Amino acid sequence: MEEQDKILNDVTQGEYKYGFVTDIETDIIDKGLNEDVIRLISAKKEEPEFMLNFRLEAYRKWLKMKMPNWAYLKIPPIDFQAISYYAAPKKGPKYESLDEVDPELIDTFNKLGIPLEEQKHLAGVAVDAVIDSVSVKTTFKETLAEKGIIFCSFSEAVKEHPDLVKKYLGQAVPVADNYFAALNSAVFSDGSFCYIPKGVRCPMELSTYFRINAANTGQFERTLIVADDDSYVSYLEGCTAPMRDENQLHAAVVEIITLDRAEVKYSTVQNWYPGDKNGKGGIYNFVTKRGVCRGISSKISWTQVETGSAITWKYPSCILMGDNSVGEFNSVAVTNNHQQADTGSKMIHIGRNTKSTIVSKGISAGKSENSYRGLVKVMPKATNSRNFSQCDSLLLNDTCGAHTFPYIEVGNKSSIVEHEATTSKIGEDQIFYCNQRGIDTETAIGMIVNGYAKEVLNKLPMEFAVEAQKLLQISLEGSVG
Amino acid sequence: MLKIKDLYASVEGMEILKGINLEVKPGEVHAIMGPNGSGKSTLANVLAGKEDYEVTNGEVIFEGEDLLEKSPEERAKDGIFLSFQYPVEIPGVPMVNFLKTSVNEHRKHKGLKELTAGEFLKLMREKMDLVDMHTKLTNRMVNEGFSGGEKKKNEIFQMALLEPKLAILDETDSGLDIDALKTVANGVNALKSPERSTIVVTHYQRLLDYIVPDYVHILYQGKIVKTAGKELALQLEEKGYDWIKSENGN
Repeated sequence: MEEQDKILNDVTQGEYKYGFVTDIETDIIDKGLNEDVIRLISAKKEEPEFMLNFRLEAYRKWLKMKMPNWAYLKIPPIDFQAISYYAAPKKGPKYESLDEVDPELIDTFNKLGIPLEEQKHLAGVAVDAVIDSVSVKTTFKETLAEKGIIFCSFSEAVKEHPDLVKKYLGQAVPVADNYFAALNSAVFSDGSFCYIPKGVRCPMELSTYFRINAANTGQFERTLIVADDDSYVSYLEGCTAPMRDENQLHAAVVEIITLDRAEVKYSTVQNWYPGDKNGKGGIYNFVTKRGVCRGISSKISWTQVETGSAITWKYPSCILMGDNSVGEFNSVAVTNNHQQADTGSKMIHIGRNTKSTIVSKGISAGKSENSYRGLVKVMPKATNSRNFSQCDSLLLNDTCGAHTFPYIEVGNKSSIVEHEATTSKIGEDQIFYCNQRGIDTETAIGMIVNGYAKEVLNKLPMEFAVEAQKLLQISLEGSVG
Repeated sequence: MLKIKDLYASVEGMEILKGINLEVKPGEVHAIMGPNGSGKSTLANVLAGKEDYEVTNGEVIFEGEDLLEKSPEERAKDGIFLSFQYPVEIPGVPMVNFLKTSVNEHRKHKGLKELTAGEFLKLMREKMDLVDMHTKLTNRMVNEGFSGGEKKKNEIFQMALLEPKLAILDETDSGLDIDALKTVANGVNALKSPERSTIVVTHYQRLLDYIVPDYVHILYQGKIVKTAGKELALQLEEKGYDWIKSENGN
């Protein structure tokens, strides 16, 4: 019993240690946004002055900005004064046991093959303090510490490594980059920080799942990843389990900086609540993700599987500054029912001999709208640069839409930019062929869709890829026939 | 095994089958011949349960059960196999995955244990010899980049894996050169058994030199207008389809 109490204690204290300030449980700021609110957020988080200034600058610029309306999305008006910008983290488990959780959610967990303990964690059920889970986290932290890798919550980084944060924050996504990035910069609650020192190859996939308190980073999440010279890290964000969240608006920012010969692989599986079959509810996801290949021969690759959210507005991009640097974007975006997605990538070639690849696979079902929007820009000095873009759309019926908006600007004569696009409808003949071999329609669609998306799924880390495959199938259940 | 009674079917409002009657007993090989547009492929697709075909009258009893009530995949698992006239390509889906899923769906239906990857590969290798199938084909995506002959071989290979009770070969000879035709026919013959019946749908007689039918039916304007033994096919070859047309008042 004593042992158990001790573990319980450790875990509870852990939440405070890596989370927010200690006395926030009773703390919620009133709804609305103004400079005082921002000062208050910064004060509560005990931030140094540079952070407050960063937030205020962002806020002042945000006030002068307008919500973007160029995307192929119907966005209902958002009342920014009706949001509380500082809420205490989860006060504890929402449920006592899995029996209290929505059976549909449990059903999906089971289909995805998520272990019971993990299901509880995801659904917000009180988790037993199993010795294993504690030791996994501890071992994980120790291994990283030995290599000098910093992987912690953003708040912790601000306190423990202010110089690094100050040096790199806003380098990839400047405060006033866009409306949602500015809002995030002003009010972000927490997020992740990761620094890989010179010459270090991170020995494991870094996943937010391992970080205590990661489950509740809130609606304005901020991530900063810095890979120093000759380092490498593979970073996983999100999880395949459906995430329900009471916050309808999410505006996250992810920044990646790679220095000379460093490489960052960033993989995302996004499965937020998409709303019901009639398009009610669901998360609005406005994300700014950008990496800067600052160093020569450095590389950033984005791989994403997007199946959730009611509205997705997201363009993970690479700025290829260093000569010979490489940017990659691989995406599978699924929309069903009334979901809307406007997603794609920007590749900005600044350095010489820079290379970029875009592979985008859109899958539309139901009454959804799925758009690819991409920019490939080769600056005059980026000689001998190359881009290859491939944008495929797969339609599952006649009521959904797929759109492609590629923008290409090439500023010199030695660079080559290629763009390929296809649109196809899933074949009744393909489904019947599978049926005739004893394979039911759901399984057949799963197989066909996974076949279509394989090129991208193959880029995901192994376990993630297996889960993503199942997820694609589940997301499209009942969408044909 | 199979009893078709007064079957009428239409596609997009157009009546194609106009009262088909046919009985197939275990072990028998029936050839269905007829000019283009007579309804041969429609019959094959109606039996397999393709959605676009609407049955307007009649019944089909397979192994004592109403076939028309069942979904295409149920029919397949009950033992009806259609060798497609135009096998479909499925990009990105490896042959091996497709076949393993298919075989295991059949096994589940029969209450058998699903095969592991290792067991399946062993089974696959056994069956590959039957139709001279190469691993270079099974290593590809479903029918992708297959030649016409390879696609047909692949159909018979799947038939060998699934061991159906009733195999319907829809124009399996179309687009095959004589060597491929022989290979495919040899495969079909090797799978012949007293329990397995075959319906060969073909335009030409030449396939029937290799797959010898017990009965030949001539389908014309949605009806079976003549039934006889294998000699009917030879007769037809000699006289051509005009013979049938003139006999039926055209």
